[in-house]
Amino acid sequence: MSGWIVDAFGGLLVIAGLVFLSFGTIGLLRLPDLYCRAHAATKCDALGAGLTLLGGAALADTGGDALRIVALLALVLIASPTAGHALTRAAWHAGVEPWRGEDHDGGG
Amino acid sequence: MMLLLWIAVFGLLLNSLACLWRVLAGPSLADRILGVNVIATNTLLVLVLLSILREQSFWLDIAIVYGLLGFTLTLVASRLVETGRLRFREPTP
Repeated sequence: MSGWIVDAFGGLLVIAGLVFLSFGTIGLLRLPDLYCRAHAATKCDALGAGLTLLGGAALADTGGDALRIVALLALVLIASPTAGHALTRAAWHAGVEPWRGEDHDGGG
Repeated sequence: MMLLLWIAVFGLLLNSLACLWRVLAGPSLADRILGVNVIATNTLLVLVLLSILREQSFWLDIAIVYGLLGFTLTLVASRLVETGRLRFREPTP
């Protein structure tokens, strides 16, 4: 049984993470290039998922659940930048040209 | 608090639907893999929020396994792209 301050803190963290995930989705849909999209998606993914998982750890019922959510947070913070780096490196070696910005119509 | 968490769950589902457009319409294979990666993270967060909402902690174990599977999926798919065993369709400029 946690106090209302912890509940309000957890709710605020969950909403902040949701806002960051929405920013990442907007970047994934709107940016012109694979590299720009990977930049927006992985960065907002790590930050939004980290904030949401912190809020979930504050809202969890027992200490074991909070500990598991913190372990999941560590997993996300390690895995998300690694996956983004591997993906953009693979795309660079496979020959995806970056967007140079000459035409403002974009490629996306 | 319950209502806020349900709103967060449905917001995450809307995010996943928006990312699904990038998976379906992405010009290259790496765009699709990126969209699947973001959808996997959103699904992981939905599982965590459901464990808080339903007050059952086995959802957290499913979430941990799901996170590891999504990470492995992205790494393996990008390795296959890099070594050329998956064909890469370039957008024609």
